[in-house]
Amino acid sequence: MPNTATENKENKTAPMPSTMSVVAPAIGWLIPGAGHLAQKRWVRGLLLMVSIVSMYLLGLAMQGHVYKPNGGDILDMLGFVGDLGAGGLYIITRANDWGQGLISHATADYGTKFLIVAGLLNFISVADAYHIAIGKKP
Amino acid sequence: MPSITLTHFSAALVFALFASVVFGVTQRNTSHDQIRYGLYCFAMFVGGVFVAGWAMWLIRR
Repeated sequence: MPNTATENKENKTAPMPSTMSVVAPAIGWLIPGAGHLAQKRWVRGLLLMVSIVSMYLLGLAMQGHVYKPNGGDILDMLGFVGDLGAGGLYIITRANDWGQGLISHATADYGTKFLIVAGLLNFISVADAYHIAIGKKP
Repeated sequence: MPSITLTHFSAALVFALFASVVFGVTQRNTSHDQIRYGLYCFAMFVGGVFVAGWAMWLIRR
């Protein structure tokens, strides 16, 4: 008689995540769209990359403010979380000390929002890359 | 960094364009549905700009 208890235990254990399900979100966060490109979704990856990178660079060019982790204010912390979504772009920006100008006109405030939303859109992109990697999305 | 100044309307259009592309690509599965949903989102964003603009105009009067 087969050992049903062992079989049930084996069936209940979660499948091991594939390498791509870890790598794709990681590189997709570092380089927007790269998670899709790594899975040979060329058009989707390029569209995401162009959109998110353009939005982030426009935000910087509009003199938007880049938030730091120790902002103190709760809204600053939320802004930091949004900015952090841009991954490598955020790291490069902080390394070069860009995005530290004072918000002195309305479009600079738009620039700040562009930076945050670019990061948030990259979070969506990363989640999509993960869903493709685990086979949930074609 | 080079500086750029966009008008309120052009900034809203650029925002709508890029956000719609990402929404379209990530929220639908087939190419046809992605294009349709991207266009729908863009129309909603731009439509929202006009609605908000007219609403503010009415409030100001």
